[in-house]
Amino acid sequence: MDTTYDVIILGAGAAGLSAGIYTSRARLNTLILNEGAVGGQMVLTHEIANYPGVEITNGYALANIMKKQAKDFGCKIKSNIKISNYDFSGDLKTINLNDGRSFQAKSVILTPGGRPRNLNIPGEDQFKGTGISYCATCDGDFFTDKEIVVVGGGNSALEEAVSLTRYATKVTIVHQFDQFQAFKHAIIEAQENPKINFIMESELKVFSGNGKLSAVQIEHLPTGKVAEMKTDGAFIFIGYLPNTEDLHGVVDLNNRGEIVVDTDMKTNVPGVFAAGDCIVKKYRQVTTAVADGTIAALSVADYLRSKN
Amino acid sequence: MKLLQTNIHEIETAGELEKIINENENVMVCCGRMGPMCIPVYEVMEELEEERENVKFYTMAFDNPEAAPIRNAPQTRGFMGIPFTMYYKNGKVIEATSSIQSMKQVTNILDEHFSS
Ligand SMILES: Cc1cc2nc3c(=O)[nH]c(=O)nc-3n(C[C@H](O)[C@H](O)[C@H](O)COP(=O)(O)OP(=O)(O)OC[C@H]3O[C@@H](n4cnc5c(N)ncnc54)[C@H](O)[C@@H]3O)c2cc1C
Repeated sequence: MDTTYDVIILGAGAAGLSAGIYTSRARLNTLILNEGAVGGQMVLTHEIANYPGVEITNGYALANIMKKQAKDFGCKIKSNIKISNYDFSGDLKTINLNDGRSFQAKSVILTPGGRPRNLNIPGEDQFKGTGISYCATCDGDFFTDKEIVVVGGGNSALEEAVSLTRYATKVTIVHQFDQFQAFKHAIIEAQENPKINFIMESELKVFSGNGKLSAVQIEHLPTGKVAEMKTDGAFIFIGYLPNTEDLHGVVDLNNRGEIVVDTDMKTNVPGVFAAGDCIVKKYRQVTTAVADGTIAALSVADYLRSKN
Repeated sequence: MKLLQTNIHEIETAGELEKIINENENVMVCCGRMGPMCIPVYEVMEELEEERENVKFYTMAFDNPEAAPIRNAPQTRGFMGIPFTMYYKNGKVIEATSSIQSMKQVTNILDEHFSS
């Protein structure tokens, strides 16, 4: 594989693949480096019903079509890589991988997206897959006739808690605030479900069990009192984080870690653009990621033309 | 009947599974659905299939009744997250994991048990 490109795109979600389709179609020598699975959050989505021009589809199918389109235009994609560091200071940008490989490009598009937030408390890693889950649709049926907790207070937590009542006998929602950060209809649906009860102003502190999860410790925040609760499972839906930890000091980020861009998706570093869920914006959807990726790609083409 | 839409060969019967693990020294089988915890593991396998010629990579649908030997294996007792990923050496299970796994977690197991 060549190591010098016109453009390197970091991330192969909806934004990165769209950018790759546009840059490679514009005959720019393009490489997409992706740290996870191609498709990003699209593959987390069982059903996408709001992508215009495509009737209800699953995220994997949509991602696979985007990947094929990008590859057919000549874009190279390398996934499951791990980046060790970046140097975007000169005209030629350098990206070094953990395995010792190094790639250069005249421009870069950052599309690292986001990921589900973890609780980062003792036992979380240990019981992943043996009681702790982040996907109700995937693992709900393992909890048939069992009692579970759901952590979170946004739309996903409330909607997934309701869907889990199809399997579990009792669902306890644990939320750190005294109110939910969700749409009214989602709150009402959860409140009216007889299988759901609520522990508000409380946080999980520890997961415990022997081989599989059997209990959680819950702290009531106003009083600091910690109580143990027996449970067969825990589902965690506490929001998303931008994948920009490695970009501190590389490009400008806001206080939530989102990349600051202008309307052409330019960052503060010449030749470095960003698109998708990782940038400062209000609405995070496949359509908006695709649009951002398109703008970033067209801006890269302009930038490279101006350099020649 | 095939239930998974991946680029990895899907095992469809318990008999085929038994034949494969008995006829190949190193086999990895990811038993899951087309969901967010499973697809990243299939992607890792697709990547590794090109690089690791000494390992045979397969999928099997979790909802296929023929996958009972995996769902009911002693090594998967207590698993409550798909996919169930099995590693076989000369027909015997040498490792099993539950739920999503990263490239590093998979390669650590392959390096430990299947290095040529
Ligand atoms: C459960 C769920 C359901 C959703 N449902 C819908 C829906 O129905 N309709 C809709 O329009 N939207 C939906 N969304 C939102 C939508 O999926 C996202 O807004 C969109 O996919 C974001 O695309 P992206 O390319 O910006 O980022 P991502 O999809 O997050 O892709 C980023 C990629 O970059 C990789 N990466 C991370 N860091 C690096 C790095 N440093 N270098 C290289 N690669 C890196 C990641 O592993 C990932 O593969 C849903 C999201 C979720 C989680």
